[in-house]
Amino acid sequence: MAATAEMDSLARRRSRIGTRALPYLLSLPALLVCIGVLIPFFTAVYYSLQRYRLSQPWAREMNWGETYWQLLTDPSFWNTLQVSLSYTVLTVGLQLVLGLGIALLLQKRTRLNNFVSILLLLPLMTAPALAALMWKLMTDPNFGILSYFVSLIGIEDFRWASSPDTALLTVVLVDTWVYTPFIMILLLAGLRSLPRQPFEAAALDGVPRSFVFLRITLPMLTPYILTAALFRLLESIQQFDIIYAMTQGGPGDTLMVFQVEAYLNFFQSTNVGRSAALLLILWAITFAISNLFIKNWLRLRERTHEEV
Amino acid sequence: MEHTSTAERILRGIAIGAVVLFFIFPIFWILLMSFQTNETILRNPPSIAFVPTISNYVALLTGRLETAAGTLDISFMQNLKNSVILSVSSVAVALLLGVPAAYAFARHRFRGSEDIAFTLLSFRFAPPLLIVLPLALYFQDVGLADTYIGLIWVYQLICLPLILWIVRGYFEDIPADVEYAYRIAGHSWFATFRKIALPLAGPGIAAAGLLAFIFAWNNFVFALVLGSADKQPVTVGALAFVTASGIQFGQIAAAIVLSIAPTLALAIYAQRYLVEGLSLGAVKG
Repeated sequence: MAATAEMDSLARRRSRIGTRALPYLLSLPALLVCIGVLIPFFTAVYYSLQRYRLSQPWAREMNWGETYWQLLTDPSFWNTLQVSLSYTVLTVGLQLVLGLGIALLLQKRTRLNNFVSILLLLPLMTAPALAALMWKLMTDPNFGILSYFVSLIGIEDFRWASSPDTALLTVVLVDTWVYTPFIMILLLAGLRSLPRQPFEAAALDGVPRSFVFLRITLPMLTPYILTAALFRLLESIQQFDIIYAMTQGGPGDTLMVFQVEAYLNFFQSTNVGRSAALLLILWAITFAISNLFIKNWLRLRERTHEEV
Repeated sequence: MEHTSTAERILRGIAIGAVVLFFIFPIFWILLMSFQTNETILRNPPSIAFVPTISNYVALLTGRLETAAGTLDISFMQNLKNSVILSVSSVAVALLLGVPAAYAFARHRFRGSEDIAFTLLSFRFAPPLLIVLPLALYFQDVGLADTYIGLIWVYQLICLPLILWIVRGYFEDIPADVEYAYRIAGHSWFATFRKIALPLAGPGIAAAGLLAFIFAWNNFVFALVLGSADKQPVTVGALAFVTASGIQFGQIAAAIVLSIAPTLALAIYAQRYLVEGLSLGAVKG
């Protein structure tokens, strides 16, 4: 009798220890990924504080902040910052306006609208690098269909991504093609989840539609717009695939955004230190934005959960 | 109730038509190109009247390209195979590890759990090269460079956080009482997880898995940095193919079509899950 009671309590204790260790055990993979991210991150910090070129291993030494100082006094860094910011502002701005417009257009749940919103998923599902190749084929000076269309309206010799004047415009166009549907989907979901009463009341009172849009729709949609915009900001300022596949940052340094510049620094000039410093500056920018984003997103999430 | 005039309806129709044209035309045009020979592609002015040919696809499938300058070997099929291997195994690993972890995060508040979750989420938005470039140097030291295992491991950086965050939200939506009642009835922890939690979170898991697959398939930068030609997926392979084959535009178009077809097909097949996953559970309704 006593023995069974003892065994019983032993088993219970063991199972209690088991339950307590269980969450740790289960979340181990997540922890491993964390470590797998943090080790390279701190390695990058370490590299960025060194003079480190793969081609000159003998000259490798700590130079503390010197790499950063060199960057800040280098005009090519300011070019990188400026190109990245222009790209980000242009893409996100354009996509917000277009995405909101399309979402409003497709707001009603008709069969046609649902079909169109499914069709619009397709560009979003296309790999950005492949999307860039598609547009490269369409803007080829010899047979590109878009070059042909442009020549029809009288613009001869429009050189798209190969001319410094239009390269930015071309990649912004590709980015817009791929990512506008993302904003559209989010805003469409937002629009369709808005309560009906304010709109019905406004319709009864005969309030003009521009007023309804500016004073009811937009304010109520703001959290969704903010989430979508911040999300896209974060991705856009880091854009690599589209630009690298299209021009590798060229012509010249026209499209040298952060990650392309860092990639070329690493592999072409094998300047690991400079590459790491560039990426850490980009990381600092994204970290600031992502904190904003995460806060905003968690709030939105909480609110929708409460409503459910 | 709403009054829409004919003029407005026509404007609306034109606007929707323009939207569809802008977003679908590139896919349609590349599809047309993939069934053309170089001669018809290079016609000026371009025309959509041509005799379709499957020679581009045949060249890709057999891996041999007959050109005026001789025969060229194409390894595009290898790229396609790599894409399948990398995406499928990455998602499988991520689901196997990520779903139980998401359950742990949703059900237990334990020390450090929020730190882990927050680190994962904030690095979800870090520049990928920041992590991958140092990893490339480490991988060379430990012999993981240019292996499937090394790549699948790195793909977890995108797949696992995605699954963790989406699935966690779905687990949190299941009332804890339901599970508690089942456990009181004498079932083990594992049985509760398998019989109650998993089926209820099923749609969320499907959405997360689907999205993770698409992200993995469309990824470009990981394999560009960490893989050599025989391990690279279609995204990197297609770019290399453009440089190598130069002017074989029909084959390039066919390669693009084959590369984007799987994700586009998935998108249409499972669009409802996809929309849910894309909005990150933020706007579930």
